[in-house]
Amino acid sequence: MAKKGGSKQKKMNARVDFTPMVDMIMLLVTFFMLCTTLLKPQTMQISMPSDKDDIKDEQRSQAKASESITILIAGEERLFYFRGKPEEAAQNLKETQYGKDGIRKVLMEMNVAALAKVEQLKKEFETRDINEESKKEYNDRLSEIRSGKGTPTVIIKAADEATFENLIQVLDEMNICSIGKYVIDKFADSDKALLEPKGVKFAQN
Amino acid sequence: MTPMSDVMVLLLTFFMLTATFVKEEPVKINTPGSVSEVKIPSNNLLTIYVERNGKVFMSMDSPQTMENLAREMIAEGKLNLNAQELEAFKQVPMFGTPLNTINGWLQSDDRNGILTKDPSAGIPCDSVSDELRIWVSAARKANGDKMGLAIKADRRTSYKVIKNVMNSLRDIDENRYNLITSLKGVEE
Repeated sequence: MAKKGGSKQKKMNARVDFTPMVDMIMLLVTFFMLCTTLLKPQTMQISMPSDKDDIKDEQRSQAKASESITILIAGEERLFYFRGKPEEAAQNLKETQYGKDGIRKVLMEMNVAALAKVEQLKKEFETRDINEESKKEYNDRLSEIRSGKGTPTVIIKAADEATFENLIQVLDEMNICSIGKYVIDKFADSDKALLEPKGVKFAQN
Repeated sequence: MTPMSDVMVLLLTFFMLTATFVKEEPVKINTPGSVSEVKIPSNNLLTIYVERNGKVFMSMDSPQTMENLAREMIAEGKLNLNAQELEAFKQVPMFGTPLNTINGWLQSDDRNGILTKDPSAGIPCDSVSDELRIWVSAARKANGDKMGLAIKADRRTSYKVIKNVMNSLRDIDENRYNLITSLKGVEE
């Protein structure tokens, strides 16, 4: 009686089916992959001029008329610019649009020399090893070119009707066109008067 | 099969360990795309949120820095929190109510609901009352010079509000900050 069960031990299959586990792991891997890569925020570093007026005026007077450009961001996705002094703004005012055929073309034309230098710099560093030192040197030289002689000075003025995205788009162009000298300035009443004949509507306040 | 599942498990552990989950934000903010590839500093960061309709919120990245901020505000006499409220303040993902209603907000059960639905929510930041300035300068005092500053604004926010925020920051000599954007390629 006692021996009955002992000898009749069931032969277990030693292979365990892993498929469901692998399925689960696959799922988890995809989940984590999507979560980690999609949620990395990017930033854009800007430094604003301080409130001390003496610094501001100095910077303004430094900019030559031929090298300065003012970008006016209005509401309803409209964008204007003029080159040269603010006194001659009315005859130089032109409308443009966002993106590569609009404002970028204008800025690229003004910054040809610096862009060529940046290209050269990129080529030079393409063959070199990437380490902390070369990165630092690259960035130093890049910022030197960007704010060097002959590069345009950009004054950005945004109306209250503009959106944050418009501002970022314009700041992006500064990056793309390698412009180191730009300021965000107040949108004055004179700028309002400039744009009103172009059919830009402003809220009353 | 076994080598494959080995690799899978490895990958899984890798992704699990590197995963940094973004804190649940009660207010949905769609950041605009930009080509900038600068990464955001990951610790000791003060984030100013600007929601689509122009309400301003704030948050610090860790409970410790939140506590520093609250203690500094209490020391300056701007805030008056009891122990329980302080504990609640440490844990909130973001805050943003006028200073005089913050106690009521911390005691309520539906904090996130108030932030999104109450029209009076948001840190006042205009010429009439500029509480953002008080908060940011207190945070700077509490968390030191290394504290980073970031603005996370919705793409459709009016520039009017952004301008107010920037002006407040300029008034207290905070001239370097990050604008949070999402990555976008350059159209050639």
